[in-house]
Amino acid sequence: MKESFLTIAENSPLTASVYKMRLTGDVSAVTTPGQFINLRLEGRFLRRPISVSDRGDESVTILYKVVGQGTEQMAAMCPGKELNVLTGLGNGFDPSAAGQRPLLIGGGIGAAPLYWLARELREAGKCVTVLLGFNTKSEIFYTDEFRALGCETLLTTADGSAGAEGFVTDALPEDYSYYFACGPEPMLKAVWRSASGAGQLSFEKRMGCGFGACMGCSCETITGYKRICKEGPVLRKEEILWED
Amino acid sequence: MGRLSVNLCGIELVNPVIPASGTFGYGYEFAELYDINCLGTFSFKGTTREPRFGNPTPRIAETPAGMLNSVGLQNPGVEKVISEELPKLRKVFHKPVMANVSGFSLEDYAHTCRMLDRVEDVGWLEVNVSCPNVHGGGMSFGTDPASASEVVRAVKAVTAKPVIMKLTPNVTDIVSVAKACEEAGADGISLINTLLAMRIDIRSRKPVLANTMGGLSGPAVFPVALRMVYQVAHAVKIPVVGMGGVSSAADVLEMMLAGATAVEIGAANLADPFACKRIIEALPAELDKYGIENIRDIIGGA
Repeated sequence: MKESFLTIAENSPLTASVYKMRLTGDVSAVTTPGQFINLRLEGRFLRRPISVSDRGDESVTILYKVVGQGTEQMAAMCPGKELNVLTGLGNGFDPSAAGQRPLLIGGGIGAAPLYWLARELREAGKCVTVLLGFNTKSEIFYTDEFRALGCETLLTTADGSAGAEGFVTDALPEDYSYYFACGPEPMLKAVWRSASGAGQLSFEKRMGCGFGACMGCSCETITGYKRICKEGPVLRKEEILWED
Repeated sequence: MGRLSVNLCGIELVNPVIPASGTFGYGYEFAELYDINCLGTFSFKGTTREPRFGNPTPRIAETPAGMLNSVGLQNPGVEKVISEELPKLRKVFHKPVMANVSGFSLEDYAHTCRMLDRVEDVGWLEVNVSCPNVHGGGMSFGTDPASASEVVRAVKAVTAKPVIMKLTPNVTDIVSVAKACEEAGADGISLINTLLAMRIDIRSRKPVLANTMGGLSGPAVFPVALRMVYQVAHAVKIPVVGMGGVSSAADVLEMMLAGATAVEIGAANLADPFACKRIIEALPAELDKYGIENIRDIIGGA
């Protein structure tokens, strides 16, 4: 973890509620896809933890959904503004387990951290399939970006307005070597239950500090208590403790 | 003695700044960021006889100028704290540490304190009779002067280390609880723990915290904490450790003017992991600003 002062280079809407923000500065602590950063906002006591969607030499990109006052405040920010950010938080995905044909499953804004992972896997020569689920056509983002990486990109919408009708679990491909998933907890639970083979799932929780001090985001796993902010946000399928 | 040093129950602190229990873990998350030996000391994560996961999540919520928590004393239990956490801490922190203890019965408190009494690095026992997030213990001992004094006696019987009783603000008369602790033999009082509070999600029409209620901390509670520290410090002769929403060097001076010998800093560490270091570094200039030579000279000066 590192405290960095990052400058907003870009902050633009992708849909009515999802924004893309690119921040420049010292991002050396951000090392692994699936890690997150924690942004301090004026007038808000707690920081806002947001997963990293991509990383460049001196920049990170985050995709965020406006869900409350903090993210509303972020959506109104202009390029040039400097933010106090804790960078390089969480464990991130372990891409070494991916095999040759990994499947990446994203639900809504959960697609965000999968982009950097998909890029790294493609650069490592993997055949990547991306399965994205959204509520409706107007909420879709980043399918073109995933396709541009050379990923086979499958799409579902709950109302059938684009792609296949249904949830991601209705469209799971048969053949893949390993899976990585990020999305709302009901989606993760459905994937954990129905996707075959091994995988890694990235979780979201309300956090206090984001760096392991407050125990606010703990969960029980087969391998003991874990802090989603520190030993997570990525857990391996086999360590997740959910009742069937 | 430096100009920032204070004496807390016979142990000298290089400065009065103490990260509060539950906001600093067992120290090593912060030791990755800065040398935590700059601290006066710190109060480690509330420790109980048995391991605890705590309450279901969500157990954190934001509030205007503060936060709620209903963590519920997650900790690995006193045996593992002594065998695993403290040896790790020893590598990064070379001063007496404050051991924060919670319990669900007098026997629990006595057992945990007896075990921690044998640990050389433990300088003080801070006995929490004020956790609002557990049932059948915690705060129930701190809301009644007679129960609080029973805990003091049970703990004093098993330790020679200074015992600081950490009190809850969720009472009608904090002075009577503090005086009962003093009469029962407590060596110090620390206050305030969090204020019982809640928030509701309008969309779901449900409480934000899975445990319905939690404890409010952060700058929002500072004036309430200051008032209670002032009341208690004027009523007892033993040292008082002030806490509640402290987030700047100026807040530290205010707390000490109210009567605090040392000052704990809690929620501020979660919003800014460097909060304590920055406050310590800002203290000399803050003293200069008000023409104060030594910080200990202002204790109870208001």
